[in-house]
Order: sequence, then C-alpha cells, then structure tokens
Amino acid sequence: MPKTLYDKLWEEHHITTLDSSESLLYIDRQYLHEVTSPQAFEGLSKKGLSPWRLNANIATPDHNVPTERGDSFKTENIEDEISKIQVTELDKNCNKFGIKQFDITSINQGIVHVIGPELGYTLPGMTIVCGDSHTSTHGAFGCLAMGIGTSEVEHVLATQTLKVSKLKNMRVKFNGEPQEGVTSKDIVLFLIRRIGTAGGNGHAIEFAGSYIESISMEARMTICNMSIEAGAKVGLIAPDGTTFNYVKDHSQLSEEEFEDAMSHWTSLVSDNDASFDKEIEIDVSLIKPQVTWGTSPEMVVDFDQEIPNLDFVDGENKRNFELAKKYMGIEENQKVTDLKFDRVFIGSCTNSRIEDLRDAAKVVDGKKVSEDIIEAIVVPGSGLVKEQAESEGLNKIFEKAGFVWRDPGCSMCLGMNPDQLKPYERCASTSNRNFEGRQGNLGRTHLMSPLMAALTAVNGRVVDPS
Amino acid sequence: MKIEGNELIINGVVATIDRDNIDTDQIIPTEYLKSIKKFGFEDYLFDGWRYLDEGKLGISKNDREQNPDFILNQAPYDKATILLTRDNFGCGSSREHAVWALRDFGIKIVIASSFGDIFYNNCFKNGVLPIKLDKNKIEDLFQKMSDSSADLSVSLDSKKIFQNENELYSFGVEESLLERIIYGLDDVDMTLKHKDKILAFEHTRMKNTPWIFSND
Repeated sequence: MPKTLYDKLWEEHHITTLDSSESLLYIDRQYLHEVTSPQAFEGLSKKGLSPWRLNANIATPDHNVPTERGDSFKTENIEDEISKIQVTELDKNCNKFGIKQFDITSINQGIVHVIGPELGYTLPGMTIVCGDSHTSTHGAFGCLAMGIGTSEVEHVLATQTLKVSKLKNMRVKFNGEPQEGVTSKDIVLFLIRRIGTAGGNGHAIEFAGSYIESISMEARMTICNMSIEAGAKVGLIAPDGTTFNYVKDHSQLSEEEFEDAMSHWTSLVSDNDASFDKEIEIDVSLIKPQVTWGTSPEMVVDFDQEIPNLDFVDGENKRNFELAKKYMGIEENQKVTDLKFDRVFIGSCTNSRIEDLRDAAKVVDGKKVSEDIIEAIVVPGSGLVKEQAESEGLNKIFEKAGFVWRDPGCSMCLGMNPDQLKPYERCASTSNRNFEGRQGNLGRTHLMSPLMAALTAVNGRVVDPS
Repeated sequence: MKIEGNELIINGVVATIDRDNIDTDQIIPTEYLKSIKKFGFEDYLFDGWRYLDEGKLGISKNDREQNPDFILNQAPYDKATILLTRDNFGCGSSREHAVWALRDFGIKIVIASSFGDIFYNNCFKNGVLPIKLDKNKIEDLFQKMSDSSADLSVSLDSKKIFQNENELYSFGVEESLLERIIYGLDDVDMTLKHKDKILAFEHTRMKNTPWIFSND
C-alpha cells in the first residue's frame, strides 16, 4: 500500500501496539529547556529512575533567560529570583543526570528549536520531542517532531518512548512564486487564516509543492514551526537536496555515516499515489504580506485590507471577533495600516534565524527607527546566529538605525523574561502567537514577517513593502 | 468521583465560558510557568479574565482584585467541577500547567466541541476528562445551563451525561484513556512492562540507523 511520509516515519519508529488505539513509538531525540522539565526530572527521581538513553537528550535554557547579558553572564546573575530558580534547576538536573546542556554561558545556547538543527542534533527521519509545542519546527527536516506535556517528557526520559495515537494525513501544496516582499511567514499565516487554528487538529500536515521545494531550510522551519498554530502538532517536509546540504554543513557525521544515512533519507518521501485524508492547494503568487489583527493566529488580513467589519461577520465568529477587536483596541473600518505601533520584536523560534535577520536588516539599512516606537529589539535565536550576524555587520545596521541588539532567548515571544509589553502597547512581532496577554498583560500583538516588522519599526506603522 | 448504584459518577456545578479557541495562555499565563512544582496552580486559572490586576507567582487570590463579572468568581460557579466551553479548547502551547490549573481549581471534566491535540493528551495524565460533543449539542447544553439548574452528572461507566436524572447525551472516549483516569494509572510504570520490546527495538535501530546514535 502506498504510504505518506508520516506513515513511513510512524512505521519506522513503531515498537508495539498497546491494548488500545495507542502505540509505543521510539524517540530518537529529546530537547529539554528549563520551563517544562523540572517536574519531569522530579518524577524521574521519585521513581528512582535515570534517563533511558542519556545522549538522546540535549538541553538549553531559553524561555526565562534575560536578553541583556553581555559577557561572562552566569545563571546566578539572573535578577528575577523565580526565573533564576528555574534556570538553576535545569543546571542542577543536567549535572545530576549527566545530560548535555548548552548553558547560559555557552556560545551554543539559544532557543531550543534554533540550536537543535544548527548544531546538527536534528537529522532527517528522526522522531523528536520537546516539552514545547513549536517542536513541529524540526519537521522541516523530514522528522516526526512534536510538542509534548511534562508527564510525557518524564515518560520519554524514563522509557525512550512515547504513547501516541496515529494522526490523520493532510497535505498542503504551496505552488507558484511569491510576490516581492512576501516570505514564508506570510505563506503560513495565510494558511492559518484559510483553515483556522483548529484546521489541522488530529492531523500531521505535510507541506509540499514547488514553492516549498524552492525555499531554504530556514524558511521551511518557519512554516513547520507554525503548523501548531493551524492545530497540527506535526508539520513535515520531505528531505531533499536543500535539506541534505544543510545537514552536511551542520551535523557532526563522518563522510561515511553521511553517505550511509543518505541512502535511507532519500526514501523519506510520500509515495506518488499515497492518499491523504485532507488536501489543500494554495497558489502563493496570489498572497500579499499578511498581518494578524486579532487575538488568534487565524485573525489575519492582507496588510492593506480592512479589518473585518462586525456587520459582515456571521454568528459564531461575530462573538470571537467582537472580543478580539475590543481587546486589540480596534475601531470599525480601520485597516492595519491605520494603527500606530509602540514596539517591535524581531525574534522567536519562528523568525530569529540568520535569514530572518538578513531580511530585516535589508530594509532597515540606512534608515532610522520611527520616533513613535518606544523600543525595537532584535533577539537572535542562538549564540551562533548572533555571531554570524555580527560577522556580516547586521548588528551595526540595526544599532545604527536605533534597534537594540540583544542576546539569544525566547524573549518577548512570551515574556517570561523581562522583555514584555506594558498594558495596551501595540507590538509588531515576528513571533507565533497573538493571544491575549501573550507578550505581557493586556499587550496587543500583531504577527508578521521580519521584513514587515522591520518596516513597521522604521515607519511606526505597517506599510507597503513594494 | 463517586459510586452511585453500580456507576462511577462525576457530578457538580457547570461553569460556562462562551468562547472559541481558548488557548493555554488564557488558561494559565506564562508568568506562572516559572513554578518548578506540579501543584498549587488553582489561584492562577484563567488569570487574565479572573482578576483585574496583574498577578505574580506566589501571590494568592485573596491578595488580588477579583473581576466580579467572571463566572469563576461567582457562587456557585466558584466551586464548579465541570467546565462547558466551545471549539478548540486548549489550543496553543504544550504547557501541562494548563491542566494542572484546571485540576487544582477542582475542574474534573471539560466539555467542548473540540480540543487542542496536546492539551487533550495532557488531560488524561492528570485525571481531567475532556469530553467532545457535536457543536449542536454544545449549543443545546449552553441553553440548558443558562436555565435554573447548572448541575450535570457524568457517568464514566455508561459514558452518558445526565441533568436531573434525565439522560442528555452519550459521549465517546478511548477506553484505555478513560481507565487511566478511573484507576489513576501511571504511564511510565505501564510502559516499562514492555522494557524488553523497547530494548530489542533499540538494538535493531542502532544496527540499521547508526547515525542516529552517533553522539552517544
């Protein structure tokens, strides 16, 4: 029977069917960070167990870390006492169990979904889990990667397996060439707008089509990263030449191991006649830059479009839209381009890779951050991204324009560290969630691409990129 | 949970929140994810809607300015054990803290037309039963709950929902997941019964795909 890529990955890792709809899958890699791991380590200790396969685990602190650290910053220098406890706990647990950690002092520290691929720990065909929903990012390499809860983190530490029910198959084909100024962020926001935040529930989404084939690993990661915002905890892209080149550059595999692996990796594609439970095709050439206006990632408009008028919205959405408009401080007949912005955040596991920073720097070069903007920050995804950007002089471009250049971490994507919005502040953000209070109590988030966020910083408003 | 006749029943007050897409950031905001404990999240459930001031981890609800308009601040809903809501409840992040907050508050059942996938899984690890019903039944339940009685009984044996002894609907849930709630089973213990199979699988995988283990 013809199989999808997801089916193949499922079968390759399938240990046994349990006495229900669930199966036991073998987990190749687990990434750990400070927020969702302490209770898992505690559970492991209470049971008197140690990690099943120590080196399957890679840890780094990212959610809580301050992004103004400078040189020789250590965990004990974190000012927020509660954040410090959590990061210290990760240090302690990694030391106690012997887990490899890139701690706050390491050049390799960064957002877990940025460092995994760039350090070569994410390889095609792996099953990858992490106590973080954006683990779907790693699906860009043809991995079966998904976010899990803390109980499951403990389960994977203890057994190297996960109990899961098989998902349904969905394929989204992106064909065509994007317009000038349209990036992978716009493409994935458009998809979420179209299918809704529950559109992918219960499904693994495979992204395919000529557009996907044409884009870089960074752009692919942005798309898989946000598959969870379309409801799908698994997003996938079949590995190809672009993938193999990236892996060759980043992994520690020997030439021999790489060749050996290649013969397997090339089989990781959906069979021609494989059937999908749902299929969608989107012509990307019709997509304009996308911006969210509301409090759910499906509340998206073209950058120059009017925000939906409540008179023309049907019953169920009316209630949601009304609440969202009120929260966001949006009046009838307003466009996103009418809104005045207070802050700009360029970063997060969605858009903090080198290509994202290059995109943003390009439109900032020689310009100044608008006087209306209180602060515009750029937070590279990892120490290595930061180093690379600095070697290209991108930090100078940003700083000259009036941006603040920070140290790596999750930062204002979720405001667990000091980078937060104040009540009612409006933020152009390259992150993934515009939920109420996500970036700070009563803060107002508009999701967009790095290019659009950078332009918003310069103009104080959303403008036409062309 | 209690036994009535031969049936395992959960009953109690139903609180309703009439919104779609309630994400885990609404169920519990990131501030409270800084806790390294697995319990004590009850005061932070729906924090942004429940309070008028901004909270911090460690500040109890008695020292906060409560929003009198929010249902969980009103009797009898402040003792609710069942939550009724709309579509895609628990979408967003994987934080299990969202289920811990519901559980610590006393919510034993969440009824919705659909759930975020990761949240749905997390529920069963913590004794919270998520019940999926069709949208029209959810609408009907909202109507019924706006009338005088706001109590429901749920039988875990027959998988049926009752109001004043009248059967309203049946619901479907995977038997093994339900058993985890009824018997409080631990997944790690259960999985380790398959230890030999895992070891054998791992051994074969090391032979077939050695590059996966190259940093071991």
